[in-house]
Amino acid sequence: MPSFVITEKCDGCKAGDKTACQYICPHDLMILDRETMKAYNQEPEQCWECFNCVKICPQQAVEVRGYSDFVPLGSQTIPLRGSDNIMWTIKFRSGLIKRFKFPIRTTVEGAVDPYAGKPEPDFASVKKPGLFTKPARTE
Amino acid sequence: MEKETCTFSYCKKPEVTEVDCDLLIMGGGMAGCGAAFEACRWANAKGLKVVMVDKAATDRSGAVAMGLSAINTYVGENKVADYVKYVRNDLMGIIREDLVFDLGRHVDDSIELFEEWGLPIWKKGDDGFSMDGHQAIAAGKKSLKDGGTPVRTGKWQIMINGESYKVIVAEAAKKALETNRTATGMAQNHYERVFIVKAVMDTNGKNVAAAIGFSTRENKIYSFKAKAMLCATAGAVNCFRPRSVGEGMGRTWYPVFCAGSGYAFGMQAGAELTLMENRFVPARFKDGYGPVGAWFLFFKAKATDSYGEDYCTNKEYFDDAVARYGDYAKNMGTAIRNHLMMRAMRDGKGPILMQTPAALEIISKNMKEKLGEKEGAKQVKHLEAEAWEDFLDMAIGQASLWAARNIEPDKVPSEIMPTEPYLLGSHAGCAGFWVSGPGDLPGTPEHYTWGYNRMTTVPGLFMAGDVVGASGHKFSSGSHAEGRMAAKAAIAYILDNAGYKPTPKLSLDEIAAELYLPFEIYEKYKVYTTDPVINPNYIGPKALQARLMKIADEYFGGCATWYMTSKTMLDEGLRQLDMLKEDANKMAAKDLHELLRCFENYHRILSVEAHARHILFREESRYPGYYYRGDFNKIDDANWKCFTNSKYNVEANTWEFKKVPYVQMYP
Repeated sequence: MPSFVITEKCDGCKAGDKTACQYICPHDLMILDRETMKAYNQEPEQCWECFNCVKICPQQAVEVRGYSDFVPLGSQTIPLRGSDNIMWTIKFRSGLIKRFKFPIRTTVEGAVDPYAGKPEPDFASVKKPGLFTKPARTE
Repeated sequence: MEKETCTFSYCKKPEVTEVDCDLLIMGGGMAGCGAAFEACRWANAKGLKVVMVDKAATDRSGAVAMGLSAINTYVGENKVADYVKYVRNDLMGIIREDLVFDLGRHVDDSIELFEEWGLPIWKKGDDGFSMDGHQAIAAGKKSLKDGGTPVRTGKWQIMINGESYKVIVAEAAKKALETNRTATGMAQNHYERVFIVKAVMDTNGKNVAAAIGFSTRENKIYSFKAKAMLCATAGAVNCFRPRSVGEGMGRTWYPVFCAGSGYAFGMQAGAELTLMENRFVPARFKDGYGPVGAWFLFFKAKATDSYGEDYCTNKEYFDDAVARYGDYAKNMGTAIRNHLMMRAMRDGKGPILMQTPAALEIISKNMKEKLGEKEGAKQVKHLEAEAWEDFLDMAIGQASLWAARNIEPDKVPSEIMPTEPYLLGSHAGCAGFWVSGPGDLPGTPEHYTWGYNRMTTVPGLFMAGDVVGASGHKFSSGSHAEGRMAAKAAIAYILDNAGYKPTPKLSLDEIAAELYLPFEIYEKYKVYTTDPVINPNYIGPKALQARLMKIADEYFGGCATWYMTSKTMLDEGLRQLDMLKEDANKMAAKDLHELLRCFENYHRILSVEAHARHILFREESRYPGYYYRGDFNKIDDANWKCFTNSKYNVEANTWEFKKVPYVQMYP
């Protein structure tokens, strides 16, 4: 399902330090057209439909349209990703709408302190089983 | 054909940056993030420099980029030895039991860390029903570390709310790298959008001295020199012609951006490969490739042919499978279930259907009997949301496809289908490099250990995740843990080899010329034709991939032949592949995006060549349901219950093959 960008909504992330969709796309697909200052998907047949460009767009300018080789027209899948939940609105071709809300994280983004409260590495065990956090499990 | 060279007569010479470090981590997926987290803790104490390079943005890179709805390897209340047996059964009897046991005894710690960092993990409520990660915390349920009870969908799987799984794991890795910058004074040690293309050997002829690559954002080339390197990149996807060939080509089951770059890197370094004939052909919901695990394991749905028959219990198919594949067929691993499904499809009994309405009806009936009409209906609604979350967390397009086709799973069944083949070593496959094990486990044979855990046969070159061979079923958590194990061993190696100074045998000018050759070729010839897309002087990245896919599909057992191949087919395919490999010297790129695609596809070519040559070497059908040797369509334990190892010599373009004994360590 290739992503597409709604012309009217995309502002090229002019106010930001980077074009959000271009920054996040794992497959280097989203690109900013410097002339129009609008982003687009430069290789739709390589799109994995991971929705990361959709989720990150500050203007909600990115959506996806079903792969033309097997998806009938008329459905819509829209995420709204907040700080601890994601809301999904799924519109069926028939018009049926389903809404879901799922947790995404239990801590504040940026709050991870990876080594807080963790032991110092013990170099006497560097060639033994176990990781710096704890010894390997035995049974 | 005349070889092309780059003298920067047509394209501009890029800036070349040399980065010196002690440990280089290639790939920022689960294994790479695990490696960064573990390595920096050890490295900080000794002032060692750790650098991580990712071709994408680490928040959303690797196989977990979209998210996941389950963690498939959590040992918990089970025995590690049982994990080994389960992996051995599913991978048709040949695995490195030392590596698998070693993984099993370390993996849970990574999952406990994920929960600490903020990953919501489902817990079992007092009423026996599941609670999502937020509900569980609100209800005061304990974390896994403190003995909390997860929701199991199978013996080894636990359910999560994993939309932000990778973002959370990346956050810890990025913070860890930050501590290493503080400890060492390095200005930068996390490179995003830099694609590593090649291993450059040391003048000592033994080590890999540098990993070279380019920025996909600016005209800049990098040479990363390191005392030790840890390759944590993904398997290979879209090597075989996929079932969808329009826009849907991107809707691969495993991420489309997995290009076999780690296989290529190790091969260029001359590291020994093992079981590269192995592949994975998942049976998934047709076209959208949404996960079936929750439907099978959690909702107890059955898959049948279109006549309602469970093809796994068809006596004719089963007896034939036992006759060919012996006791392996009786064990009903993933490959055998695939095989039986394919039998039904070849007999025209398709489409194969996941009977979702029947499963949901039973669940609904049970719920209402147990809880009453109103409360039961509420639980059913909760279950329906869980079924959709399974898609929305990891294969969103499947949800969209159901919506577009008006499929409500309680009303109509859904088609399932075996996909195109995938090469990988962390999911239900085990194609990768031959690495040293930990060495301390009782019963380890001598040939499993040569010094440092997860080190390849090339000194100082470590592997983790998809690129480690003979040790599948690690999944996301196991890949993270393996990254940590490999990183720790790499630190030990670096401390033991403190005097080593990498000396690449290529100069920076030679490196630049090699990496930018596709630019030079494009610029040199592009005006010869009115449309640069069609030009007899070069081959673009799309054509490179299309040719590879066609060869692989038609000769190496892709969908086109129902996964069937043979010596004669492999020989012909390899002849055509040789020419494609030669033509890769004439790859052309018009921009950085195409340069990325050129080298990705070159890496796919090398991965597929290894795959095909391994299939040719193993004269049996060890993995029915994944591929068949029509000329040896049986499992032949007497001759082939062994590892098949190979070594590629990149300069001479030659291959060496050998059998390596398999040893059963756990009865």
